[in-house]
Amino acid sequence: MRISMDIELKDVPGQMLLALQPLSECRANLITVVHHHQKRTPRNTMPVQLVLETRPENLELLKARLEANGIRVVRVGEQRFRESVSVVLIGHVIHTGIQDTIDRIDKTGFAEVVDLSLSMPGIEKPSSALIKIDAVGKEELQKALAILREVSAKKDLLMVLPIGIQA
Amino acid sequence: MKTIRTSIIGFGAIGQGVAEVLLLKKEYLRSLGLEVRVVAVADSKGATFNPNGVDLAKCLVRKREIGTVALEKLSGLELIKRLDHELVIETTPTNIETGGVGLQNMRAAFETGKDVVTSNKGPLTLKYGELQEAAKAAGSKFRFEASVGGAMPIINLVNEVLAGNEVKGIKGILNGTCNYILSRMLEEKASYKDILAESMELGIAETDPSYDVEGIDTACKLVILANALFGLDATYNDVEVTGITKITPDALEMAQENGYVIKLIGEVSRKGLQVAPRLVPIKHPLAVGGTLNVASVDTELAGEITVTGKGAGPIETASAILSDLISIYREC
Repeated sequence: MRISMDIELKDVPGQMLLALQPLSECRANLITVVHHHQKRTPRNTMPVQLVLETRPENLELLKARLEANGIRVVRVGEQRFRESVSVVLIGHVIHTGIQDTIDRIDKTGFAEVVDLSLSMPGIEKPSSALIKIDAVGKEELQKALAILREVSAKKDLLMVLPIGIQA
Repeated sequence: MKTIRTSIIGFGAIGQGVAEVLLLKKEYLRSLGLEVRVVAVADSKGATFNPNGVDLAKCLVRKREIGTVALEKLSGLELIKRLDHELVIETTPTNIETGGVGLQNMRAAFETGKDVVTSNKGPLTLKYGELQEAAKAAGSKFRFEASVGGAMPIINLVNEVLAGNEVKGIKGILNGTCNYILSRMLEEKASYKDILAESMELGIAETDPSYDVEGIDTACKLVILANALFGLDATYNDVEVTGITKITPDALEMAQENGYVIKLIGEVSRKGLQVAPRLVPIKHPLAVGGTLNVASVDTELAGEITVTGKGAGPIETASAILSDLISIYREC
């Protein structure tokens, strides 16, 4: 699970180390750190934003360890999806298992199908679908599209992507 | 006044368009100090020639009345080889499998030290490197703006107007027939087959439309752009091609509900060459309808530049040939 976390550090040396040690101990994978050197909270602490990947069951322990080290945890939230793409699929979208196609994307954990429109003109005729995929980042979106491309090739579906996006 | 002795090899729609434009622009060309004297015109049945200049108006009438310009049993190739002149305007039909007579004509023109202006994609798609070498070795000029996008300026735009800019990529609609079919399918909510039939009736699609609708024509134009603007020696086999035959009216409608149109887009960059139906945001400059062509050039300094224009038609294509002719002879 990808988590965003806002913490506050005291303005004395060695605070960052105290913040990072618990991450390592709880086997969390640190993705980004944004350190707002210029800002001060009313408590005269420095805000820091983290994005990390961790197992949900480790989250409470991680928070406890941070606080034990004197680091204030202000906010914890699941990372929001930031990238989005619409894709048109044409072919035997239904008969080749639309659920399976969606599952392959949703299973990744970093991307999911958030919208689906379908049109089925007749049994023998090819159907058309427009799906929207959200992903946590650009790279993850590309990975999701690569999966979709592989699935489409296997199911003989024509995949129509927006300009400027490669699968 | 500089006299440019010229042959028109290939007298179909485009060759005739060139003849009409040369007649129309005679005075204008003179004002630039250019006397374009057409000394030979050839079609598939034969030719007519006169070192002092053939009568283009009579050639056009003869072609319309009896279906050929021929007065002599001579081929274009023989004329190129034997007749003294400076410029070959090569407008024979495109053949992308062998290059057709166009390839032989161009080779012969360079062998005899002539300049070539052409609209013929076949030889450029198959033997670009070889032809450029031959032109260079002969000290000949070789221009082919008319081969991509008809009247829409793209090759000369990038090479001359945007000179100094590194081109990062080009994408666009390079086939008017596909653009027409997709635009009409959306308007009429009609199937691909129905609109294809309509396009054939209107003469927008050929009797064998596969060359257009399978994306082959777009791919050929991409190859020419890649070679002329990126300095590659690409051929048709380097292009990943998907056509428009599987597009459904439902897909077009769904795309529209979500703010997109579907267009057959050719895309060339250093990463590769690709032709495929793509979703284009409705307000994007590439979202042009009807039979229009459009190209967007992504440049290092100037950013994105988009041009649009008529991609086919004899007079429109002849306009690109005329501009190539002028740019060769005006300054030297």
